[in-house]
Amino acid sequence: MTREHIVQSFDVAIDELVNTIAELGGLAEAQVAGALAALTQRDMAAADQVRTTDARLDALEEKVDQMAVRLFALRQPMGVDLRLIAMSLKISNDLERIGDYASSIAKRAKRLVGEPSVQATASLGRMGHLVQDMLSDVVDAYVERDVRKGMSVWHRDAEVDDFYDSLFREIITYVLEDPRTTSACIDLLFIAKNLERIGDHATNIAERLHYVVHGDRINRARSETA
Amino acid sequence: MSEAVRAEAPTASRPAIAEVRESKMRTRHVDLWYGAKQALFDVDLDINANEVTALIGPSGCGKSTYLRCLNRMNDTIDICRTEGDIRLDGEDIYDRSVDVVELRARVGMVFQKPNPFPKSIYDNVAYGPRIHGLVGTKAELDALVEESLTRAALWGEVKDRLADPGNGLSGGQQQRLCIARAIAVGPEVILMDEPCSALDPIATAHIEELIDDLKREFTIVIVTHSMQQAARVSQRTAFFHLGKLIEVGETDDIFTSPQQQMTQDYITGRFG
Ligand SMILES: Nc1ncnc2c1ncn2[C@@H]1O[C@H](COP(=O)(O)OP(=O)(O)O)[C@@H](O)[C@H]1O
Ligand SMILES: [Mg+2]
Repeated sequence: MTREHIVQSFDVAIDELVNTIAELGGLAEAQVAGALAALTQRDMAAADQVRTTDARLDALEEKVDQMAVRLFALRQPMGVDLRLIAMSLKISNDLERIGDYASSIAKRAKRLVGEPSVQATASLGRMGHLVQDMLSDVVDAYVERDVRKGMSVWHRDAEVDDFYDSLFREIITYVLEDPRTTSACIDLLFIAKNLERIGDHATNIAERLHYVVHGDRINRARSETA
Repeated sequence: MSEAVRAEAPTASRPAIAEVRESKMRTRHVDLWYGAKQALFDVDLDINANEVTALIGPSGCGKSTYLRCLNRMNDTIDICRTEGDIRLDGEDIYDRSVDVVELRARVGMVFQKPNPFPKSIYDNVAYGPRIHGLVGTKAELDALVEESLTRAALWGEVKDRLADPGNGLSGGQQQRLCIARAIAVGPEVILMDEPCSALDPIATAHIEELIDDLKREFTIVIVTHSMQQAARVSQRTAFFHLGKLIEVGETDDIFTSPQQQMTQDYITGRFG
């Protein structure tokens, strides 16, 4: 992306597209942060905020769709432009999905307030921060076209998967120890799964960034063998 | 980091596609001068059989010049001097024993501006077979004219007015007539120099459809200034710049992930 296009309005449109994705990324980060505050600090105002903000992410995703479709039609992009615009559709979808997971966590956090508290909430908070850092790094990496930073996110996904597996076992133990916590533990299990999915989408974005910059895909086999 | 990751991918057994394909024409170390001015520099390029190879690059980069080397059309330009090795099915086409008229029947050409002879539609197509003595009887010639026009996707539009002048047809029809004329002498390779640049989008679509059909029988090399057209019609694309071949590869790769920065800049409209 070093040189400018002969047609300057093409550069302007691409900048707008990237900025819209950056805005969507920032919102997704805030949503995940809000959901974690609702979960770990029982901050119900944050939970409500997350629930009402979700529509803005949907709207931004749609805006990215429209911009990308328009660019395909007007510019018939090639090479790095083609990759950037095609991947913008996928990245905005990843970010919108991340928003959905944050919203789902906020909903469960509200319900958990009425339940007996469970130890696992602290571990979930740690997993949440890991995922939050991945998301924030991958959004930065995208804006800065920094594949190296993106790859560091990609490698951290294995850690999230391990975290999820151990949390799963931990939560099952609590259910067995005290069946009165069953309902709360089911919510916590879903939250753990949601966080794991957020990590997957952050990893997807890192893969897409790699494709945008280098034009080839990174081998996904790692996630299966890990 | 990505290299380390990529190394895990299974790569061993699959041979590169290019190795499997047969090359119809092969050029090595082609240098060309117009007088003192060098227009081609050390061009090495293989043209695969039954494929469409697109030549792209900015105006004046030598696409037409290179194309004209492939059937020695440059011989008609006095100041032009060609060096290097150019082979058709392994035979050196610049060898003294080669009959240039016969070579141009084997390697036909279609130009930018449709250029039918000032003759009837029928005679435009019949002309080549007649001078090459390809047919004996009138019935055979009729059959060859019909077959050529059919393969050029023009027969249905002209069968009732074969005696009308060729230059009375629309631009797109004239171009298909020129293609029929090239086909009639039984070529193996068809060279096309910006064959659609004088045509409207519908006529262009007809020619592109035709090119896709023709590659089953012929090997096609097309010069085009439209990258979208190159992407649509070709299997391989060669990018020229200032008389040099900068990059050649699978068309899908060239337009999504070219290897050379110069190719990238050109196809994305960032040039110069
Ligand atoms: N008949 C000719 N006499 C002298 N110079 C020529 C002739 N044809 C082409 N050239 C020069 O050779 C270079 C390549 O031209 P050409 O092959 O027509 O490029 P392209 O088809 O890529 O636009 C240009 O600099 C052009 O001016
Ligand atoms: Mg030309």
